[in-house]
Amino acid sequence: MADFQDLLQFLFAGITSGAIYALIALGFSVVHNTMGIVNFTQVDFVSLGGMFMFSGLFWIGLPVVAALVCAVAAVTAVGMAVERFGVRPSRSQNHLVLIFLTIGLSIILRGIMKLVWGKNRMAVPPLAGEEPLHLAGATILPQAVVILVMTALAIGLLVLFFRGTRMGLAMRAVASNQTAAAVVGISVGRVKAASFALAAGLGGLAGVLVTPITTLSYDVGVLLGLKGFAAAILGGFGSFPGAVLGGIGLGLLESLSAGYWSSAYKDVAAFVVLLLVLFIRPKGLLGK
Amino acid sequence: MMTSRENLFYFCYLHRTGLTVIGLCLLLIGWPLVETNPYNLGLTNLIAIFAMVVLGLNLFIGYTGQISLGHAAFFALGAYGSAIGTTTLGWPAWPVMALAAIGSAAIALAVGLPALKLSGHYLAMATLGFNIVVYTILIQWDTVTGGPSGFAGIPYLAVGALVFDNEIHFHYLVWTFAMLALLSSLNLVRSGAGRGLAALAEDETAAAALGVDIRSAKVKVFILSAVLASIGGSLFAHCYAFVSPDSFSIFVSVDFVIMVVVGGMGSIWGTLFGTALITLLPEWIEALDAYKDIVHGLILVLILIFLPQGLVTGITDTVRTRIALRRSRHA
Amino acid sequence: MLELHHVCKWFGGLPALQDVSFTVETGRITALIGPNGAGKSTLINCISGVDKAQEGRILLEQEAIEKLPAHRIAALGVARTFQNLKVFARLSVLDNVLTGLTVAAESSFTVSMLRLPALRHQERQLRLRALEALDHFNLSAKANWPASALSYGDKKRMEMARAFVGSPRLVLLDEPVAGLNSAETARIARHIRQQRRSGHTMLLVEHDMELVMDVADHVVVLDSGRCIASGPPDTVRRNPLVLEAYLGRMEATA
Repeated sequence: MADFQDLLQFLFAGITSGAIYALIALGFSVVHNTMGIVNFTQVDFVSLGGMFMFSGLFWIGLPVVAALVCAVAAVTAVGMAVERFGVRPSRSQNHLVLIFLTIGLSIILRGIMKLVWGKNRMAVPPLAGEEPLHLAGATILPQAVVILVMTALAIGLLVLFFRGTRMGLAMRAVASNQTAAAVVGISVGRVKAASFALAAGLGGLAGVLVTPITTLSYDVGVLLGLKGFAAAILGGFGSFPGAVLGGIGLGLLESLSAGYWSSAYKDVAAFVVLLLVLFIRPKGLLGK
Repeated sequence: MMTSRENLFYFCYLHRTGLTVIGLCLLLIGWPLVETNPYNLGLTNLIAIFAMVVLGLNLFIGYTGQISLGHAAFFALGAYGSAIGTTTLGWPAWPVMALAAIGSAAIALAVGLPALKLSGHYLAMATLGFNIVVYTILIQWDTVTGGPSGFAGIPYLAVGALVFDNEIHFHYLVWTFAMLALLSSLNLVRSGAGRGLAALAEDETAAAALGVDIRSAKVKVFILSAVLASIGGSLFAHCYAFVSPDSFSIFVSVDFVIMVVVGGMGSIWGTLFGTALITLLPEWIEALDAYKDIVHGLILVLILIFLPQGLVTGITDTVRTRIALRRSRHA
Repeated sequence: MLELHHVCKWFGGLPALQDVSFTVETGRITALIGPNGAGKSTLINCISGVDKAQEGRILLEQEAIEKLPAHRIAALGVARTFQNLKVFARLSVLDNVLTGLTVAAESSFTVSMLRLPALRHQERQLRLRALEALDHFNLSAKANWPASALSYGDKKRMEMARAFVGSPRLVLLDEPVAGLNSAETARIARHIRQQRRSGHTMLLVEHDMELVMDVADHVVVLDSGRCIASGPPDTVRRNPLVLEAYLGRMEATA
C-alpha cells in the first residue's frame, strides 16, 4: 500500500512539473512555428514571471489574483519589447546567427534582472495557501492543484484562440506559409510580434505558477526552460499536442527516476533521455 | 623588375602568416619581462588557456558551420581528468594529460557520431544536454570529484627539474601550447582539408559533390575541438591547482561561444582577439561588475546584428572587397 | 563512359524519372534536353549522388555508382556545375577552384596541421593547377578576389573552372548558360568546345537550343521523366515527338 502511495506521489509530482514544462514548450513552439527561430529568451520569461509576481505582491501590495494577472501581462510586454528591439533589427537569415542572437538577448535579460532584483534567492508565497491536501493517501501541495488547473485552463484558452480568433488563424497561416499569408493580406510583422507576446505570456505564467514551489532567482528559468525545450523536442518540435505530451512525459520521467533511482541525478536522467531521443528519433513523438 | 623595397614588401605579404606568428612569439617571449605584475600575467595566462578551447570551438562553429553550446564539458573532462589522475590516482602528469585528451576524443566520437547528424537547434540542444549531464555528474559524484566545493591539491606540471609553479613559468608553458595550437589551426585552415571544411560550412551539397566526406569531416573537427579543449582543461587544472564545477557550466560554454562570435566565426586570428577581449572585459569594467552580464550580452547582440561575421573577419572582408573593387575600377 | 539502365525515381507518389536509359560516349558531349519539369535536374542529381534513384543502374565505366554517396562519386572522377550556382562566396576565387581539387588533396587533419614538406609540395602543385584552370577560363586577374565580388557570368565560369580543374573523367554541366547574355553564352560555348578538344567527356543539360545544336555530339530528350528521343542533334530537332513535347507545352500555356 505504501508503494502504491509512493507511486501516486511520484506520478502527481511528475504531472505537475510536466504541466510547467508543457507551458514552456508551447512557448517555444509558438515562436518557432511563426518565426522559424528557437528563442532562448523563453527561459527568462519564466524567471520574469516569478519576479513580477514578487514585485506585484511585495512592492506594490496587490492581492494575489491581481498580481498574477499583472505579472503575466508585464512579461508579455517585455516579450514584445524583446521582439521589437532585439530580434527584428537583425536582418540575417543565417540560423547560426539567429540562435546566438537570442542567446545574447537572454544574457542581457538576466543581467537586467540581476540589477533590478538582485542576485539573492527570494521566496514567493503559494497562491492557494500552504496546507497540504490528502488524496488517496498521497500528500499534495495546493500549489500543485493550482498549477494543473491553470495549465489546463491556459491550454483550453490557447485552443480557442487558435481555432476561433482572427489573430489565431493568422498565426496558423503564417506558420504554414509565410509568403502566402502575406499575399493574402496578413500583417506578418504583427503576427510575429503577437506570437512572441504569446510565448512570453505562456512562459510568464509558468514562472508565476512554479516559483512558489521552487525558489525564485534571476536564473531559475534557465534549467526549467531548457527542460521545457527538451520537452518540446521530445514531443516533436513545433507540434502543440507534442509540447503538452512531451512536457508531461518529461515530468513523469524525471519524477519516476528521482523517486526510484536517484534524485541527485534526475537532471542527468532527463537529459540523457533527451540525447537518446535526439539520436534515435529527432522528430520526437508527434513531430512532422 | 621590382626594386629591393618592393621585393621586401612582396616577401612580407607572401609570408604574412608566418611572419605574424614569429612576431607574436617574440612578443610573448619578452612579455614577462615587460609585465611584471603577477596578477596581469595571470590574466594573459588565462587568455592562453581559453584560447585553446576557443580555437577548437571556432574551427567547429566558424569553419564548419556547426553549433556547440556545451564545450565547457570537454574543458571539464580534461581538467577533472588531470586532477583525478594525478592527485587521486597519483599517476604522472604528462601521460595523464594525454590520457584525458584521448578519453575526450573517444567521448567526442561517441557523442558526435549520432549528434552531428543533427543541425541547428537540435544540435544546440544535444550539446547543451551533454554539458548539463557532465556538470551534474561533477556536482553529484562528490566522492570522486569533490562536489560543489571543488577539487584541490592538484600538483604542478614539471619537465625534469623545472617545475611550473609561478605565473612566469605558467606563461611560457601555456603560451607554448597555445601557439602550437594556433599554428596547427592556421596550417589546417590553409590546407586542402581546411578548404573542405570551409566549403562544407557554406554549402554541404556542393562540398559533397566536390568530394568532401561531410559526416567524417564534421566528426573529425568535433573530435579535434574536444582534444584542444581537454588539453586546455588539463593546463587549467595544473596551473590553478584547484578546479570546481562552476568553471564548467553551460554559462561558461556560452562565454566561449561569445569569444568565437566576437573574434569572427572562422577567423583564427580573430579567436585570439575575441578571447582576449572577453577575458579582459571584467577587468576594464571592474566598477560595473553588476553590469557584466548586460555588457556581455550587448556585445554579442550588437555584433550579431551589425557585424555577424565578427570583428576580425568583418574588417578583413570589408578591406579585401574594397581593394578588389578599387583595382577593378583602375583596370 | 556513362550508362544509364532503366533508371526510375519517385517523389512520394509522383514519378520523376521513368525507365530512363541512355549512354554517354567517352570524349563526346551529350546534351540532355526537354521541357521544364521533364526530370533533367533530377537525373543529374541522381548521377552525381546528390539524390538517389529508386530503381535502375548507373554505370561509370562499368562500375555501378547508383548507390554511392556524392563524395565517393566525386572521388571516382565525376565533377559537376550547378544550375543555380553553388559558389563559396566567402572564399577567394582561387580557393573556390582549389576546392575542385579536394579529391587530389591530402585529407588527413594530422598531416595538414603539421604542414609536412610533402604537403607543402602538394599545395604548390595544386595551386599551379588551379591558376592554370583560372587562366583557361580568363579569370587569372581575379584570382584573389572574394568570390562574392564576381559578376554572374564570371561566377558561372569559375564554377566551370572548378569542375574541370581536377581533370575529371566526366563533367555534368547543369544549365551552364542560364541567365547569361549572348556574348557570355558564346564565351562558355568556346570553353566547352575547348574542353572537348582536350578530351573531356561531358553531359550537358540545357534549355538554350542554339548552344545545344552548336556543341553537342549526341542529344537525349526527356519529357515527363521519360526518354522520348535520342540521336545526333539534327535528327532530334526534326523528331515530331520532340516538337510536340515542346510545342504542346507552349500551346497549353498560351
